[in-house]
Amino acid sequence: MSKIAVKNTIAATGKALKTAGQAVKIAYTEGLKPAYYQAKQWLFPPRKPDDKARHPLAVMTGKEIFDLLRSWRFLILFMLIAFACLGSIYSSLSGFSDAVKKISGDDAFFFLRLFTVSDNSQYSFTILVSYLGPLLGISLGFDAINSEHNKGTLSRLLSQPVYRDYIILSKFIASLTVISLLFIVLTLLVFGWGLINIGVPPTFDEVMRLISFTVLNIVYVAFWLNLSLFFSVWFRQAATSALSGIAVWLFFSFFYGIIMNLIIRGLVPKQIVSEAQAVAVNNFALELMRGNPCFMFTEATSTLLIPESRSYWMYTPEQYVGALPTPLPLGQSVLMVWPHVTFLVAGSILLFALGYYAFMRREIRSR
Amino acid sequence: MSSEIKTTTDGIAGSDTISLVNLTKKYKSFTAVDNISFTVAKGEIFGLLGPNGAGKSTTILMMLGLTEPTSGMAIVGGINPTLDPIGVKKIVGYLPEDVGFYDNRSGLENLVYTARLNRMSEKEAREKAYELLERVGLKEEADKKTGKYSKGMRQRLGLADVLIKQPQIIILDEPTTGIDPQGIRSFLDLIGELRNEHGLTILFSSHNLHQVGQVCDRVGIYVKGRLAAIGNIPDLSVQLFGDKSHSLEEIYNRYFEGETEL
Repeated sequence: MSKIAVKNTIAATGKALKTAGQAVKIAYTEGLKPAYYQAKQWLFPPRKPDDKARHPLAVMTGKEIFDLLRSWRFLILFMLIAFACLGSIYSSLSGFSDAVKKISGDDAFFFLRLFTVSDNSQYSFTILVSYLGPLLGISLGFDAINSEHNKGTLSRLLSQPVYRDYIILSKFIASLTVISLLFIVLTLLVFGWGLINIGVPPTFDEVMRLISFTVLNIVYVAFWLNLSLFFSVWFRQAATSALSGIAVWLFFSFFYGIIMNLIIRGLVPKQIVSEAQAVAVNNFALELMRGNPCFMFTEATSTLLIPESRSYWMYTPEQYVGALPTPLPLGQSVLMVWPHVTFLVAGSILLFALGYYAFMRREIRSR
Repeated sequence: MSSEIKTTTDGIAGSDTISLVNLTKKYKSFTAVDNISFTVAKGEIFGLLGPNGAGKSTTILMMLGLTEPTSGMAIVGGINPTLDPIGVKKIVGYLPEDVGFYDNRSGLENLVYTARLNRMSEKEAREKAYELLERVGLKEEADKKTGKYSKGMRQRLGLADVLIKQPQIIILDEPTTGIDPQGIRSFLDLIGELRNEHGLTILFSSHNLHQVGQVCDRVGIYVKGRLAAIGNIPDLSVQLFGDKSHSLEEIYNRYFEGETEL
């Protein structure tokens, strides 16, 4: 009896499995596969060729953006920066209750703390941007021109009826667009996650501050982008260009402060006789530090995101007497940041102009 | 000054010819191109023959406005490329030596990109690109990434890339370097056909005697930045040896006697 029963059971199981397999197969071919293709069609509709002839600069910029977004380089950078930022926001959330307790109860800028506070194990969002932003700018631009040259596409491009400016301009516009998108997305991500976790909506003032902060981030990364664009014109080898960019970045991030400290230490009098002198020495040191774009950026972000900071300078107690310890209104904070933005924009323009000049004067031979 | 240019160019500068007038290019103390004048007529295949470094490429760069002449001028298609480089680039197709493509794009996409830089609509560009890919025998490889193309295929794609803007003048700088003999023959045949069909003016620069002799109507021989001789092969033969029977090779060797052999 048992033998027959076992045989029957096995046969029945086999049949059942077969039907199940067929059902799965049908479900896949009838349901899942078309659904997948439909979703794909909906998400990425096939491009219809347009009848309009577009301006060459638009065509070139479009191609550059497409290339950037499709490149491994951008994907890696995006992951790096996204993870760093999410890590920072996580750490800021975990240390948030402790940090917030130190602030007075009726603090009007609760939400902004998300970007500046962290438990001490990790960096806050702003510090991370000040370190990783330059890396982003440098890596998007370091091989812009020289790789075209080395691939032999530059002379082909230059024999088309487009102005030479378009080549460098399209690279710049494309990278800047991608950077802007990236920062807007990241800030919104942090914004949203923070909103879910702390449950306190930001005020209008805070939103405006965050928008200014995003603009500042973009300007800062654009500065480094222009630096690397300049190097990409100047150096024929992409590796040299990348290395030069990274060298400048490391210099400003780490060594500039050390060198300035040495200089200041040499200049400071052995004995400081008055308060006024101490303040003067300190302010002189600050002035020296402002030769550094990274420092400028940090100073500007802290002004924007910590509205209580009223001055970059040190002041004597006499000057401080009678000042109300209230946060600055947005307009005043922006006014304080204005010189910094001007500095960064001017630096960007200067670097772009240098690269532009070098590129326009260059005689382009095939590789 | 401008009226002076007019008077010197009026007679010789048609809309599809090339004329060089006392063209000179100096790099500091080195003279790359030394006082060169010649004219290429409509529908003519003109060969620039000379060893590497004789100034052929520099001459071509000046014709396209990619570098400025120290003195003299080039008039290409009735336009002075130093003053109006864009105007020249609209009507001149240039195939640089060892042409490069975007390796992560297909041959078709590379062509479409060039066409769109010439202000074609995408639809028109695609149609034209397919047509030309068929013409140069790359129809099968249209959607293959150019990174996977062989040297000969790249050169043929380069020719399609030059033709897609529908030029009146074509300048080819050492187009056959690195292709196998079979590929060279079909490439040269294609050039001849193009001239016969569209009446294109073609400037062909090479250091290879046989190719130049095979395809060119007239030849200019470059020696150290100077134009040593110009004319068709029988004429040059008569000039040098007194009879028509001598080949381009013998003529060429005459100019380079005592120099290192190529």
